[in-house]
Amino acid sequence: MDRMLYVAMSGAKQNMLAQAINSNNLANISTTGFRADLAAARSMPLYGGSGFPTRVYSMTENPGIDFKQGAMSTTGRDMDIAVAGKGFITVQAPDGSEAYTRAGDLTADNAGVLQTGAGYMVLGEGGPITIPEAAKVDIGKDGTISITQVGDGGGGSTVIDRLKLVNPDIKDLKRNENGLFVLKNGENAEADDDVSVVSGTIETSNVNAASALVNMIELARQFEMQIKMLKTAEENNAQAVQMLKIG
Amino acid sequence: MSQALWIAKTGLEGQQNRLSVVSNNLANVNTTGYKRARAVFEDLLYQNLRQAGGQSSQETELPTGLSLGTGVRTVATQKLHTQGNLIQTNNTFDTAIQGKGFFQILKPNGDIGYTRNGEFQVNSTGQLVNSAGYRVQPDIIIPENALSITIGSDGIVSVTQPGNPAPAQVGVLQLADFVNPAGLQSIGGNLYVETGASGAPVVGSPDTNNLGSLIQGSIESSNVNVVEELVNMIETQRAYEMNSKAISTADQMLQYVNNNL
Repeated sequence: MDRMLYVAMSGAKQNMLAQAINSNNLANISTTGFRADLAAARSMPLYGGSGFPTRVYSMTENPGIDFKQGAMSTTGRDMDIAVAGKGFITVQAPDGSEAYTRAGDLTADNAGVLQTGAGYMVLGEGGPITIPEAAKVDIGKDGTISITQVGDGGGGSTVIDRLKLVNPDIKDLKRNENGLFVLKNGENAEADDDVSVVSGTIETSNVNAASALVNMIELARQFEMQIKMLKTAEENNAQAVQMLKIG
Repeated sequence: MSQALWIAKTGLEGQQNRLSVVSNNLANVNTTGYKRARAVFEDLLYQNLRQAGGQSSQETELPTGLSLGTGVRTVATQKLHTQGNLIQTNNTFDTAIQGKGFFQILKPNGDIGYTRNGEFQVNSTGQLVNSAGYRVQPDIIIPENALSITIGSDGIVSVTQPGNPAPAQVGVLQLADFVNPAGLQSIGGNLYVETGASGAPVVGSPDTNNLGSLIQGSIESSNVNVVEELVNMIETQRAYEMNSKAISTADQMLQYVNNNL
C-alpha cells in the first residue's frame, strides 16, 4: 500500500495525543497551583537504507511543564499560602518520598497534621508538621509556622516549625503520576531560604485559556489535514485502478 | 476513541460541582453563622506513554517522554471557617461567637450538633433552644419571672428576678472546638456533626482554652463574600464553556474522519 497513508495516519494519531494534553490543561483550569503541560511534535525521519530519509513521521511528546506563575487569588484564610515567584512547597508523595507542589491550600487533619487540599502531607524542616490546638495559625513570609494561644495575653506566639520551601532548577523537575513534581534523578531538593510565601492567598492554575483554545483549534485543523491526506491517498489509489483498467 | 473527549468530560463535571458550591454559597448569603465552602480540585493520574530517560538505543536515551494527564476531579468541598461579620440585633437571646468554637445543640436523635448560629429562643418550658427548637447544651432554663437576662462573654447566663437585686446564675453556655473544623460534616439546619476527620470535640467555657468569647445581642452573619462568589461564578461558567468546546472539537475531529474516509 501507499506509504503516504501510514505517514498521514500516524500524524493524525499524534495530533489526537496532543489534543489530549491540551484538554487536560483545560480540565485543570481551576485546579489550585496546577502547571500546564506543554506538547510538542518531534520529527522522526525514517531511513530507507539508501542514505536519505524516505519519509518523516511525527511523534508527540511533552518536553516540559510551563512553570509560569499563576494568578494570585486572595482568600483571607490563614492556612492558604501561595509561593511568591519561584519555588515549591515540599509534600510527601503516597510512596513516602519527597515531592513538590505549588498548591498551598493547606488544612490540618483530625490529628492536626498539616496537609494540602489534595491530601498530601506537608513537610517541614523536621518532617510532617503537627499543628496543636491554637487560636490562630500564622505562616510567615519564609514559611515559619507560628501559633498564638488565647491565654498568652495576646502578645506571645510560638514557632512550631518551618515549611521546607525548595527552589530546584525547573529543568531537573518532572511530573509524577500523581501530578506532583519530583526531581528527575530521584533525589531530594535542598531547602532554599530565598523562597517566600504569601499567606491568605492561593495561586490559581497557570493555564492560559485563550492560548489553550487556539491550540485546540490548530490541532483540530491539523488533524483534518492529515485526514485529507488519507482521503487523497485513497483517491490516488482509485485513480490508478481506473487508469489501469483494461478495456 | 479520543482521550480528549473523556478528559474534557472530567473538566465539565468539575466545573459543574464548583457551580453548585458557588450557588449554595450565594443562596446562603443571609444565613446566620453560615461558613462558605469552596471546591478543591486535583489533577487525575498521569499515564506514562513514553518514559523520559528511557533507552532509545544502546547508547542514547529519550530526552523527553510523553505522559498524558487524565483530567481533573473534585477532591473536597472545603468549609472556610473564617469569622463572619457581627451584626447587632439587641435581641436578648441572640449570641455571637467571636473567635473559635461552636455552640452545642442536642439533636432529636440524641446526638450533639454544632453550630455558629446563635439565634436562640426559649421554649414553653423556659429552655434555651435554637430556631428549630432543639435544646442548647448544656441545658439552660430561664425562670418564668425573669426580668432581664444577661449572657456574659464567658458564657455565664444570669437573670434578675423581681424582689431580688442580685442577679442569679442559671447556667453556663459552653463551646466546643475541633482541631480540624473543616472536617466537620454539614447536615443542614445550620448544624455540623463530628466526623473522623474533624477530631473529637474539645469542650470548654468561652474565652478560655483558645475558645472565642460570646457577644450578647449580636449574631454572626454569613462569611460569604458576594463579589468573590460572582467572580467565581463567571470563572466557572467560562471554564465550563471551554471544556465543552474541547468536547465539541474532539467530536468534530472524529466526525471529520467518519465523513471523509
